[in-house]
Amino acid sequence: MSEILKLSALGLIALFAAIAANMGMDLAYQVHAVLIMLIAAGMFIWILRSVGEDKPAPANQNEYMDDVVRAGVIATTVWGVVGFLAGTYIAFQLAFPALNLDLPWTTFGRLRPLHTSAVIFAFGGNALIATSFYVVQRTSAARLWGGNLAWFVFWGYQLFIVLAATGYVLGATQSKEYAEPEWYVDIWLTLVWVSYLAVFLGTIIKRREPHIYVANWFFLSFIVTVAMLHLVNNLSLPVSIFGSKSVQLFSGVQDALTQWWYGHNAVGFFLTSGFLGMMYYFIPKQADRPVYSYKLSIIHFWALIFLYIWAGPHHLHYTALPDWAQTLGMVFSIMLWMPSWGGMINGLMTLSGAWDKLRTDPVLRMMVVSVGFYGMATFEGPMMSIKAVNSLSHYTDWTVGHVHSGALGWNGMITFGALYFLVPRLWNRERLYSLSLVSWHFWLATIGIVLYAASMWVTGIMEGLMWREVDAQGFLVNSFADTVSAKLPMYVVRGLGGVLYVAGALIMAYNLWKTATSPESQTTAQAVPAE
Amino acid sequence: MADKNNTSEPDKTGHSWDGIEEYNNPLPRWWLWTFYVTIVWALIYTILYPAWPGINSATPGILGYSTRANVAEEIEAVSEANAGLDARLVETELGEVMADADLARYVTAGGAAVFRTYCAQCHGAGAAGVVGGYPNLLDDDWLWGGTKEEVYQTIAHGIRWETDDDTRYSEMPAFGEVLSSAEVKSVVEFVLQIGGEDHDADRAALGAPIFADNCASCHGDAGIGDPSLGAPNLTDAIWLYGSDREALSATVRYARFGIMPAWTGRLTESQLRQVTLYVHQLGGGE
Repeated sequence: MSEILKLSALGLIALFAAIAANMGMDLAYQVHAVLIMLIAAGMFIWILRSVGEDKPAPANQNEYMDDVVRAGVIATTVWGVVGFLAGTYIAFQLAFPALNLDLPWTTFGRLRPLHTSAVIFAFGGNALIATSFYVVQRTSAARLWGGNLAWFVFWGYQLFIVLAATGYVLGATQSKEYAEPEWYVDIWLTLVWVSYLAVFLGTIIKRREPHIYVANWFFLSFIVTVAMLHLVNNLSLPVSIFGSKSVQLFSGVQDALTQWWYGHNAVGFFLTSGFLGMMYYFIPKQADRPVYSYKLSIIHFWALIFLYIWAGPHHLHYTALPDWAQTLGMVFSIMLWMPSWGGMINGLMTLSGAWDKLRTDPVLRMMVVSVGFYGMATFEGPMMSIKAVNSLSHYTDWTVGHVHSGALGWNGMITFGALYFLVPRLWNRERLYSLSLVSWHFWLATIGIVLYAASMWVTGIMEGLMWREVDAQGFLVNSFADTVSAKLPMYVVRGLGGVLYVAGALIMAYNLWKTATSPESQTTAQAVPAE
Repeated sequence: MADKNNTSEPDKTGHSWDGIEEYNNPLPRWWLWTFYVTIVWALIYTILYPAWPGINSATPGILGYSTRANVAEEIEAVSEANAGLDARLVETELGEVMADADLARYVTAGGAAVFRTYCAQCHGAGAAGVVGGYPNLLDDDWLWGGTKEEVYQTIAHGIRWETDDDTRYSEMPAFGEVLSSAEVKSVVEFVLQIGGEDHDADRAALGAPIFADNCASCHGDAGIGDPSLGAPNLTDAIWLYGSDREALSATVRYARFGIMPAWTGRLTESQLRQVTLYVHQLGGGE
């Protein structure tokens, strides 16, 4: 019976996609329709062929569901390398514009959202989904709720990534930073995200531990808030059901404020809250030490999620946004400083009594440095939100450097640490293939970030000062093009930083591959929930 | 933990998840107090500056701060400081401005600022132009004349800027509709010949009468152009759209129709004069 339902649903989707491919008014939409048609038709045939076959035995509810986490680990690694490569390429495009190749598909304007989405949503998102699935099972002593729904989340999310990326390259965008995908991709992501929430929440509800572990508070706040942000910022009306173009519901300064409420909280809840969830599990595990302070974790959690949501207007200082909103955006950002640092303190102080491990354990070193970068970025952020500082830093490369010391340092390094922790356990291997390769990765990535952040500080402050330079009579001293050409050397340095970071990630991919394909460990470490 | 020799562990909460336990350490004092300070500071700041929204407006703050008012004040201060020089500049004949040392300094700095803001996008930050339709302003070749008055006219009213009645206007016909392909080829060779470029002499000879019949009325019999019509001199080595056969043949076939905006209205009279004299003194002014 359920097969008939599945088959008719897939048949209808394939049929509609075929009609849509035919009626589609722009290339991106047509390509997407063909893609969806092929996927639906493929699944239709696959299910049809298995009709009447014996169903596989239902999964043992006393075992963790780790296949989907393994898939997530692979996806994280692959998308990470893709995203870092794209970023490095566009970094060199800024230094050497000829690399735009004079083709619409490879211009900076289309590859830049490809890079940001690949690293934030494809790399970061897969890392969050995989680690949250791993962590929630362990800390709830329960198998993932919802059976194959977790697989739907995984594959649905990959489809979202492919639709978004191909859309950008083919020119479909709603021109909202970090929310570029068009309406039908947004609707799809909503379905996937609600399923993700159901799986996560369902697992927490059926947990066998009396309390919910702190990592899960952070993961849950990330999932819930991202759902809300995504829905509100993507309110739009499609021009036609057969085209990718849509019109935003808000306009002007309302649209700008909604966009930066979304944009800033994408940083706050995707890249901060979600990754803090990761940090709260993997650092205590890797260090084998208790979390420093339970009280601190409660206070900084609630303070963080309450304050973060109001800080968005600091992206719109000195714009058409009314002064009062700018003020509130700024003061909430300042108040956010200590709540952000609460996570850093809890991460670092968890190592008290285990600092010696940093000498011998490069994985732990990676995690600790990531928390260090987190602390730096969450100090720099509130500082840059001060209007006087922002009048210099806004629109300059300083912002780009700030984002990357957070993204490469904090999000990247904590994810690498988590991947190094997970792969031997998920593939049941005794240890990583090579710790010295982890050290290589650590140093390449760290030096890469330093080159990146330092060059962007220099060029950001330089161009900020050049833009505002006026002579005694109030006349502008530099043209915009002068500031662009002055930045060239720093752009090359930034690109080199990117090369080092990519090289480190490639070494990691190799190391993880060799670990997963090495002989299996003899001890049966197959995880079984407690009790 | 006043006793530093106390080596006993802090209390734990008693929970354990997948082997992870938690200490019950108190909040670090410095952390808590810094947090309090930022909250107090935020409250004070929101009393001083516009902050809390109501139904129709927000609290204005007791300092009376406003970003818009600040910008207006700054602009006002600069205009006031320069008001005397601006008035003198507008009253002085264009030809005599540079003789006044104060005005000369003023127009060079001010004109450069106008140029960097409004003109550099097309003509380049260094005014060297871009092959493909954006003239070099450093040389002495002027499409519409290079005297101060002529440059002023071009900047104030633009080129083929249809909303300005005094704009400079001319329209080269698209000769692709008049001449055969072979004729276009020949006339291109002739233009290359008079321009001193590599050319096919036999073909150029065929092109000469075609040029005389179709092109000479604007570009002159010898091809030296006519600034009153914006017809370029074809005999110098300066080519606005390039000198290769492909570019020239496209020019002949489809014609060119370069446009420059009129800046009257967007720039003040003083700014128009500043940028005129700035461009004029770049090197090629007549």
